[in-house]
This record gives sequence, C-alpha cells and structure tokens, in this order.
Amino acid sequence: MATVPATAKCVVIGAGIVGNGLVYHLANLGWRDIVQIDKGPLPNPGGSTGHASNFIFPVDHSREIADITADSVKQYQEMGVFTQSGGIEVARTEERMEELRRRMSSAKAWSIPAELLTPEQVQEKVPFLDKDVILGGCYFPTVGVVDSLRAGTIFRERAQELGALTLAPNVEVTGMVVTDGRITAVETTGGSIACEYVVIAAGVWSPKLAKMAGAHIPLTPAVHQMISVGPCEQLAAIPGEISFPIVRDMDTFCYERQHGSDMEVGSYAHRPILMDAEDIPSIEQSKLSPTELPFTSDDFDPQLEQALELMPELLGDERAEIRYAINGLLSLTPDGFPLLGETPEVKGLWSAAAVWIKEGPGTSRAVAEWMVHGNPEIDLGHSDIARFYPHQRTRAHIRARTSESFNKTYGIIHPSEQYSSSRNIRLAPMHASEKELGAVFFETAGWERPHWYESNAALVEKFGDVCMPREHEWDARWWSQIINAEHLQMRETAGLVDLSAFCIFDIIGPAALEAVQRIIVAQADVKIGRVIYTPVLDERGGFRSDLTVMRVAHDRFRVVTGGAHGMADLKWFADRMPAGAVVVDLTSAYTTIGVWGPNARAILASVTRDDVSREGFPFATCRDIEVGNLSVTASRISYVGEYGWELYTPIENGAALWAALLEAGAEHGLIPVGIGVYGTTGRIEKGYRAYGYELDTERTLAEAGMQRPKIKEQDFIGKEAIIAQVAQPPTSVLCSLTVDDHMSKSGVKRYMLGGEPIMTREGGELAGTHGWHPYVTTAGSAPSLGKHVLMAYLPPEYAVVGQELAVCYMDELYPVTVAANDATPLFDPENDRVKGNA
Amino acid sequence: MTDVLVCIKRVPEATGEVTLTPDGLGIDGSHAGYTVSPNEECAVELAVQVADGGRCTVLTLGPAGAVDQLRAALAVGMTDGIHIEGDSDAFSPADVAREVAAAVRARGEAGSAYDLVLLGNDAADTGDFQVGVRLAYALGYPVVTGIQTVSVEGSTAILTGEGPDGSETYRVALPAVVTVLEGGVEPRYPSVMGRMKAKKAPIETLAPTTVPVGSGRLALEVPPPPPNQVRILGEGAAAAPAFVATLAELGVLR
Amino acid sequence: MILVLVEIDDGALALVSQEALTFARGLGEPVEAVVLAAPGTDTSAAVADCAVQGVARVHLVDGPDLISYAAAAWASVVAGVLAETGASTLVASGSGRASEILAHVAARLDVPMAANALEASPVGESTEAVGGQARMPDQGSDTGTGLLVRRQVLGGAVVESTLLAAVPAILTVAGHAVEPVAAPVAGAASVVTVTPRIEPDDLRAQVASVTPRSGGDGASLTKAKVVVGAGRGAGGPDGFGGVDALAAKLGGVVGVSRVVTSLGWRPHHEQVGQTGSRINPDLYVPCGISGAIQHWAGCSSSKTIIAINTDAEAPMVTKAAYAIVGDMHEVIPAILAALDKRG
Repeated sequence: MATVPATAKCVVIGAGIVGNGLVYHLANLGWRDIVQIDKGPLPNPGGSTGHASNFIFPVDHSREIADITADSVKQYQEMGVFTQSGGIEVARTEERMEELRRRMSSAKAWSIPAELLTPEQVQEKVPFLDKDVILGGCYFPTVGVVDSLRAGTIFRERAQELGALTLAPNVEVTGMVVTDGRITAVETTGGSIACEYVVIAAGVWSPKLAKMAGAHIPLTPAVHQMISVGPCEQLAAIPGEISFPIVRDMDTFCYERQHGSDMEVGSYAHRPILMDAEDIPSIEQSKLSPTELPFTSDDFDPQLEQALELMPELLGDERAEIRYAINGLLSLTPDGFPLLGETPEVKGLWSAAAVWIKEGPGTSRAVAEWMVHGNPEIDLGHSDIARFYPHQRTRAHIRARTSESFNKTYGIIHPSEQYSSSRNIRLAPMHASEKELGAVFFETAGWERPHWYESNAALVEKFGDVCMPREHEWDARWWSQIINAEHLQMRETAGLVDLSAFCIFDIIGPAALEAVQRIIVAQADVKIGRVIYTPVLDERGGFRSDLTVMRVAHDRFRVVTGGAHGMADLKWFADRMPAGAVVVDLTSAYTTIGVWGPNARAILASVTRDDVSREGFPFATCRDIEVGNLSVTASRISYVGEYGWELYTPIENGAALWAALLEAGAEHGLIPVGIGVYGTTGRIEKGYRAYGYELDTERTLAEAGMQRPKIKEQDFIGKEAIIAQVAQPPTSVLCSLTVDDHMSKSGVKRYMLGGEPIMTREGGELAGTHGWHPYVTTAGSAPSLGKHVLMAYLPPEYAVVGQELAVCYMDELYPVTVAANDATPLFDPENDRVKGNA
Repeated sequence: MTDVLVCIKRVPEATGEVTLTPDGLGIDGSHAGYTVSPNEECAVELAVQVADGGRCTVLTLGPAGAVDQLRAALAVGMTDGIHIEGDSDAFSPADVAREVAAAVRARGEAGSAYDLVLLGNDAADTGDFQVGVRLAYALGYPVVTGIQTVSVEGSTAILTGEGPDGSETYRVALPAVVTVLEGGVEPRYPSVMGRMKAKKAPIETLAPTTVPVGSGRLALEVPPPPPNQVRILGEGAAAAPAFVATLAELGVLR
Repeated sequence: MILVLVEIDDGALALVSQEALTFARGLGEPVEAVVLAAPGTDTSAAVADCAVQGVARVHLVDGPDLISYAAAAWASVVAGVLAETGASTLVASGSGRASEILAHVAARLDVPMAANALEASPVGESTEAVGGQARMPDQGSDTGTGLLVRRQVLGGAVVESTLLAAVPAILTVAGHAVEPVAAPVAGAASVVTVTPRIEPDDLRAQVASVTPRSGGDGASLTKAKVVVGAGRGAGGPDGFGGVDALAAKLGGVVGVSRVVTSLGWRPHHEQVGQTGSRINPDLYVPCGISGAIQHWAGCSSSKTIIAINTDAEAPMVTKAAYAIVGDMHEVIPAILAALDKRG
C-alpha cells in the first residue's frame, strides 16, 4: 500500500483535469509542499476526465464561463494538446435558427469567431451530413479537441519540476479532521496528512468527500450516454484523429464527434439518470471504470434514430459497428454553474468541482489565484460555492433542479427562464395576499417573488403604448407590459414592493465598528440611525458586493443585501470578523416591504403617529416606528428613484404590515409593484448598478463611475487599489445607452434582453478594448423615458454622451446612442423625487 | 437456408470485484451490468452466418431485464426473440433444458421447426456444461459440444472444434443441438441500423411450462483474494537487473 | 464405490485425471476407473498410474464403434459400468471431453451434475460447513448418499455450495483444485475389458476426421514452462514486439488477455483465461495485464508470477510474487538489454 507524507501545506484530492491543473497553478504561484492524492491509478484514475469527449465549443451565453473557457483553450494550446477542428451547431427548427443567431451575438460579445451557414454550406464542411434535415448551422472555426489526460500529466510534471508536488495515486481518503471549524488533516488509506488546505477536485465523488468534513458540495452524478460507431469509411479515408468539424445537433441534444475512423455520438436527450456519490461503484467493482457505467441502450435508441437522420450514410453503414457504449458519469449542479471556492462550512476546505473539460485549466488557474492571492483574475461570482442557501444544498433540491436542467444542456434557455421544480420553498409572509392579487412569481434564491401582478392589468390600458409592448415572442417571454404599467403608476402615485428575499445580517460586538469599517468603502463611523449605501471591494479594488448598512446601535450594524448574492456576502463578512465581533444571520427573522412614490409619505403618515415628514425623517436614516400595533424599522432609501422607505418587520408581522399598507394606500393610489420594476425598469432609468450585472470583481469603482471625491481615512480592503486607480484613468467606462430604432429587417420591433455586444454603427469591433468585449450588462424598458435602455462598459473614447453605436441582437444591428457616461440618472437627474423636491 | 435457434443467458458482468445480492444466493450485477458469455456471442455470430437468410431466433430464460440481451442479439442479425420469463437462478440445468425443449416443440408444432439449436458451451455464471446436452436428449437430437465453426450442407451440419489431437470435424444430420466455444468466429458489434431493427424485432414472451425443480444451490461465497505478498523489484527500466537476478534465482536462466 | 472417467495424455494418465482420482479417493469409498481411450490405444502406463492412485479396477473398452470419438457412445459405456458396478458417484476432470460425457450420462439418467467441484463431502458430515443453514432438499436427505459439493462458478470468482442428492452423484473436478497425491496403498488396478453394444443413435454425432494441429494452438500455451503475457497495456497490435522478444529469449510463449484478442490485436488461441487456455507454467510474466477474474482463472496455477504494470494496485500485481511498477514499453527493452549483457 502506498504511503503519503505526514504533512503538507495543501492536499489536492483528485487527479482529473481540475486537480492536475490546480497542483500546477498552485506551484506556479509559489506554493510548495503540495500532495495530490487519487484513489485510482495515473494517468487515468477513472473519473469523468477519463471518458470525456474532450471537445471545446468556446461560445457560452455566460461571460464567466466564456472567459474561463478561453483561458483553458490558451493553456491547452500552450501544452500542445489542442487540435483545432472547427464545430458546427446545426438547427432543425426555426426556433433553433433564432437561437443560433442569438449565439452569433454572444460569440461577437466575447469576440469568438462565428459564422452562420446555410444547409449547403454545412454539408460542404461535413459531407456526410444530410442537409435536408437542417435549416442551417452556426460555424465556430476555433472549436477543437484536447487530450485532457495528457494535459493532466504535463500539469503534474511541471509541478514536480518546480519541486512542489508529491503524487500519491491509489490512495483513498477515509476521513477529514476538522478542528475548531478548520480543516487540519486528511486521513487516507496511506496514512494521515496534517495540512493547512484541502481542495476537493474529485468530480462526481466530491459530495461524499465534503460530507466527511461536514461540508456540502451540492452536485449530483448524472449519466451522459455516448457510443462510438466505426470504422466509418469516410472518416477512415483521412488520417489523423479529427478532420471534420464536430457537429452539435442542437434540437436533438446530441453531438457527433469524429475520433479517428470512428464517430462518437453523445446525448443529453435521454431521461435524467441521477446517482448518489455513495453509490458509484469502486474501481474493483467496475467493468471499465467507476464513471463508465453499463450502457442502457433503451434510453439511447431514440437519439440513435435522430443521429441516423442527420448522418444516414455514415451511421447507417452496416459495417460501422457500435464498439463502445457507456453511461458516462458527469457532475450536475442545481444552477448549472461550477462549485468553486472555500466551503462556507469549513475553513481551509476548498471545492473545485462540477467543471467540464472545456473549463478545467482556466478554472484551476482561477481557483489557485483565489487560494494564493485571495481573489481570482476572472470573476467567479456565479460559481462561488458560498452562493447556496441551506435548502439549495439538499439532495431533493439538487435532484429536482438537475433533472429539470439536464435536458436543457443544449436547450434554448431564455435569460429569464424559470425553473418549474423545487418551487414554493421560501414564501414571503404576504404570499397569500400576493396570490390573490394575481402575482406572477419568479424565483430568487428559493424565494417566490411577484414579478408583476395581473391585478394591475387594467393599467396597461390606462397607459397604452407607453408600456412599450413587445411584438416578438422571445422578447416578450417571461415579461409583461404590466411591469411597465406598474412602473408608471408608481411614479404617479405609489408602489408597494415585497422585498422578503433580502439577505439581512448583523455585525455585533465591541469590535463591530472596526469590523465594518475594514470591510466597506464608505465611512462606517456614523451616527446611530444612519443608513450607508456602500460598495464592498476585494484587495485589488474589484467589487465583492454593493449593499446597505444601517447602524442600529453603537455596537451593532445591520447589513441588507440582495438575496441572490446574500450567502456569498455573509461569508465575506464572516471570514473577516476580528475578535470581538460576530455575524448573525437574520434573513429569516425579518421581512422587508418597500413603499415608494410621490404618495409614499402620505401613506406611511396615515398608519403611524411617528414623524415621517421630510425634515423629521431625512434621507439615508433609519429608525423604529410604530405602524398600528406593529413595530417596524423604517429606512429612507430607494432603489427605484422615488421618495419612500424600506420597512423591516419580524417575519411573522409581515402579512399584517403588508395588509395595513395596502389598505391605507388605497385612497392614495398605492398599487402592489413587482420585481420587474424594482429590479429593472426602476433602477435602469436611474442608472443604479446591480451586483452580478454591472458590478463584479473584474470592475472597479472608477470604471463603474462610483468613485467618491474623498477616500476615507481609515484603512479598508481595497483602499490601496483605489488610490492606485485614481492615478490611472479607467480603461472602461460604464455607460447608459438608448436604443434609437427597434425595427428589424423582418419588420418586427426587437428588444434586447442583455448580454449583446456593442459595436460600431457599421458592426465593427470597438477599438481600444485590449481584449475585453463591450456587451450589455443590463437591458430593460425605461417607461418614463419611453426608451429601451442598455448599460454597458465602453472604451473611454466611445464613452461620450451622444456617441452613436450599435447593438447586435440576434445577429442584427440596431442603432444606439450613449445617453450617460457616468452614474447620472437618465430620469430625474437631480434626484428631486428621491429628495422629495418633486 | 437454415432455421437456427440460439439460446443465451443474461449473466452479471464479472470483470471486476464480485458483489453478492443481500440474500447471498445471487450475484449483484447492478454496478458492472449484464451480458452474455463470449461463447454465446459466438453462437449468435455463427447463427447469423449459417442461417443464410433463414430464421434466426434468439431465446432466453430469464428475468424481465433479459430482454436487453435479446435485443443485443437482435441488433447483430438475429431475426426474432423468445423470452421465457423466470428467475434463472431458480432453474436447474434440467429445468432450463425442459423449458427450451417445450419452446422448440411449440415452434415445430406451429410449422416453424428449427434445423439447428445453438447454445454456449457453458453459461458464464453457473458453468454447468450440460444444458445443451440435456436439451438434445429432451428433443431426441444429436448433440456436439465445444464447437467453434458451423456450416451446413443440405441437411448435414459440418462442425469443427478443438480435440485432444487436433481440430475435429463432425458431420451431423439435422436437426441437431450444438454448443459453441468461442474462438472460431469473431462476434460482430451491432451497427446503428442493427440497433434500429432490433428495436422493432418481435419477441414472443412465454411463461415456464411448470414450476422448476430448482438448482440445489445452498449458498454462494466470494473467496477472499490471496494476501498481497508481492515483492516490488523496482520501478521502470531501473528494475531490469533485479528482474534478471530473480530469473536466475528461480532457475529460469541457466 | 466411486467411478472415475480418466483420460490419457502423452501415453500416461492425464494430470487432470490424476487430480480427479485423488479427489475421488477423498470421498472415502473404493475407486474404479473407466479409461477414455480409443480401442487399441496403449493404456499400460495409464493403468499403472491408476494403481498409484489407489484404483481397484480399471475398465478398458474394446469394440469398433469407439475408434472415432462419440460422446453419446462413451456415455452409454460409462452408464453401463455405473449400472453394473452400482457406483454411488461418478467423477471426472473438467476437461471438455469428460464434461461432455458426464453431461450425457446425467441427461440419460436424469440426475443432476455439478461441474467444477473444489470439494465434496457426504451429507451429514459437513452441512455445518455452509453456515449451518444448509437447506436440505426433500429427496435424498434420507438416503444418506447425497453429496455436498463446493464448486467454482463465475470463472472461479465465486464458490457455490450445492447438494447432489440423487444417485449416482455426478461431478467434474475443477482443474488444479487438488494436487494429485499417490494413494497410501497402491490399488490393484485390475483390468476389466468392456465390449459394449452401441446403439446407432449414439453414433449420430461422431468425429468424422481429425486435422492434426500445425503450430498455432492453445496446447503450446498449456504446456509451456514460461509464458510472457500481454494485455491492454500493449497499446495496440504493434505493441507486442517486446513481449515476443522476451518470450523468445526465455524459451517461452506469449499469452494474452481477453481484451487483446477481442480487440483483434492477437489471435484467439493465445488467450489465457476462463474462455482461453488455463496455463500451468513455472514462470508467468504478465505485462500490462490488470488481472481481471477471467484472466486469473487461466493463470492462477502458475508457479511464480512476475507482473509488470504501471499500476501497483492492479490485481495482477497484488496477486503476483514479484512485480515491477512501470510501463511495459520501458521495462521490457531494459530487461532485454540486461539479458543481452548477461550473454
């Protein structure tokens, strides 16, 4: 039995593409004393890397994934294990053709070469494909295949050459030692290793390993079926591993990838076949490997038939045999993103799981940077393992969501697409009332949030075409004109918004001020009752969050932040608590209701005897008030550009407060308003930035136009970076743009939804980007302006009000004009409404 | 043209560590999956070759899941299937032979008799070496075991297999039973078209004619692996001298 | 009385038949033998070997119908001897022929047969050995003549306990399950010649012709003193240069794993394993063979195994006496060079 070193700085568990990349990148960044263990032999220990199809399509609608993939390709190329083959996504339906046009736009947004092809052009490149079953294709010349096992070996060898790595194959983890919340050792069949850090890069086995330490890595092993057919005459005629582009048959969720003289057919169309990590067979129990399970051909037969339609001659040749067929295991997560970063449960225990071959090297570099430097160069916000709420880590949730999303691997996913499974998990206290009001619920972090209310439908008639109806089904999907009508009514009278999804936590203790001061950019040493809106930065000056902080006592601060990113914020704060301060999560203790609009003050005044006058309750202050027999904390801030309050009350009082306000507001024209207004229309006309859209760790205060003239005296995270930024003009500027003409060539008005590339009027790339790509971070109606507004970072020379540009949507150009090149709101630029001057 | 029946058996894949079912009376195939023996794969291949356009029926006695094995055989050229549904572990070789014989007779009475019945030399799991012989006695047919190639001339089957003194040839009048040992033919893999045809091929499902007597199995056990007492002579090319020295020690080198 | 069907190999009693006789003796009853040999074969050495194994009587067969092998005809001979002697048990080795003939006898008499036995003991003595939970079939339990048999199934990966309750009990003995040992007292081995009357039906399947082998067959493997094995680690049909050279150098032959033959890299007759040859060499050098159960079934009787494998935890390595951890394509050339240097 192999033995392991008794101590290590870092133990990397897993020798798949991620673990191998990690040991190299950690070593390259200066770490030594790394031990890599795997229960299987090298170079193929039997995980998902060993049976991967190993092809890479660079395009993805997510910037994070596209960037990670681009970095991975670069690394594979540098190692000489990348073979460019080109790839074609083919469409059998008009709906899919439209999706391919959308992918063309995404490709342009990330500067990935792409070209739409006619069926004839597709057949020219793939002669054995039947052009009659397709409507067209999208060709990506930079698609390629990699040798991921070879890459792994090179990574390990490089780490060994640096003297940083001890390899321990055939060693299985039997336990993890956690002392006072920190990982201190890994127990293995080869002995115990005392260590500071452990990274679980064990793919489908990761949940089982995390459990040993009391942590969660919420993924499920799932079956992806593939077969290999050959030898095929047309393929055998040409030497080499791959001479034809890889074909993704998007409508049947299949791919066809040449492997020498064989054609590999893989599918994401079969029923979701999920497993538990505990049930994966051992190496000894497996016929091929633990992640190559017995093929269940019944599940695959329908796909085979469809593949045959596409390549009748090649696959229909009786001499071409199915020689290899497996149910291959891969990792699926509830939201489709990887699971990266330190686990929230155990300090020093990191996850690098649920990563595809195309993302492996890039991910491992980013995670290594994160471990060594504290933050990765590429923002990993969507992949941060800290993002999950407890219910999202349950087996039932993981299985429900992955079952639903599996068949969407090649699906056409609308940017606002909602899950239908695992819903109604977190209900606001006023949920029943909302249902009665005809709320259409969207989900955020498990919360059911009204996106708009059907009860407001009559307002659409009232406001008419100002509601900016959308003619195209795709643009109008998961959307309603009622949102715009609610917006206009709120600006006219008042709106009531359920904000129960907010994540709320307190920082308490004698060192609370010191703790908060160090984390936030704004001055924290304020009077009790002050409300601070502030960015939170990392050491390099990139955004970790933006949120509000209330000073509720001399030794107590209350943080209110968005639900989607709340858990990551909570971890960011908790990780940085000095002695004498603690973080207490109050998310499930309070509900939040927003009341905003010209009549908000009158409404609140009608239900409280406390002073809520303009002078008596200034902006950016908070205090406890009585609303009838309810105790409420009121905070005078706004995210929709109107006068009003966020009202916090114990969650069990929420329904009563909601009812009281609705009733009192009736005579003041108060309507319930959904998140469609709060999250998009209300903020976009005000130029308010949102975390995860405009703000992430790759953006700075200067770029976002959020720098203040004065930097606070006290030390805080990111301060040095900000000071350095002041000396240097930003390389990009966040702008608001208006769409000048919505008419498409086909005569249908189109409305962008976000993610589209910004180009010159002629469709050229903007100069001066130095490798980054201007794209729409948020798109939405600005009903008060009667415009469709886009936000995007632009190179400084284009960030000029009046600059004429274009946005590429569904592979068509639409003219746009820069309307603001800083945080100046397009609507009510002086903020008279918020101040109560209007 | 020859009408051939091939009998196959669904057995657990046993290339890796074997796990028993919780009652200790069966072998758990859930991890590694199920297959048929290589001998039976060759029998199927021989049947497809020898049928020459005739009917090639594949038969199994097994649980519902055994349809997978029937379809796999249909995918490589068999034309139809017979599935006698039952827990194969509960059937003795004599039970199986009786049920197969009943199915063969039924087909014969229905006007579609078989010229040749092929089986594997022995099942991959139970290794009983006798179902084919018992079937021949039940049908009153001649039988040859351990055959590797089969051809038919008129109403005579020409069979060859390895004997103690060389390759032996039998000329047997049809109808006959033959058990097949792998090595004479290379079984083909299914083609995509084959899979498509298999999906649509008819499978007749039969119930056993009578309650099986049972195999007499009392228990199964997985013998523990021999203790690991390996002496590692070294790693890579550097170990070559130690290898040579060991050969000398063992007396393999003079 | 136990009746054993024995075979001749190279003029003497076949090794597997000696094993079967030793096994039969262990059942505690007198042993008689039927020699499976065409009339006219020189059986004197085999008869002498039977005496060494303590055989009381040896039944030799005469008659023109048995010149060419026919399993059914031999089954009628054996059944005749069984009937005449009243033997309680019929035993043979697990060779192809012996298995075939015993299966015929079992079918004729409509009694069960157990193949590949490792051990057998009369019921009552060792029911406790199977955990005390042995289910006793109704028939036979009162006759006291049942045999509790432990036998190999699944290529030797699993051992089955089963009860042979009928008379005669019929079983074949797994190859190399017992070491042949001379009886403490030699048997008389008095020869009885049988001249059976063979029914025409029993000659319907009879060997029509024999083509002596020319080179390529499994026999050279089963008799080799040195076997160099190669598995998936060879990498492809061109990856056997090293093992061929090493086998030649050591005066041995090449044997391969099943995956190698099913990939078409090497011919089937070179396969070692459950469905290939069961080898018995002094030295076996498996290279790049992980050691699946099926392969182990064919090579476990090797006296010494030196495995060459990249994976130190591969079953072939952990079951070997010696091993080199490394890629066969690096190790073998180095060994060849070292052997060359040695001269």
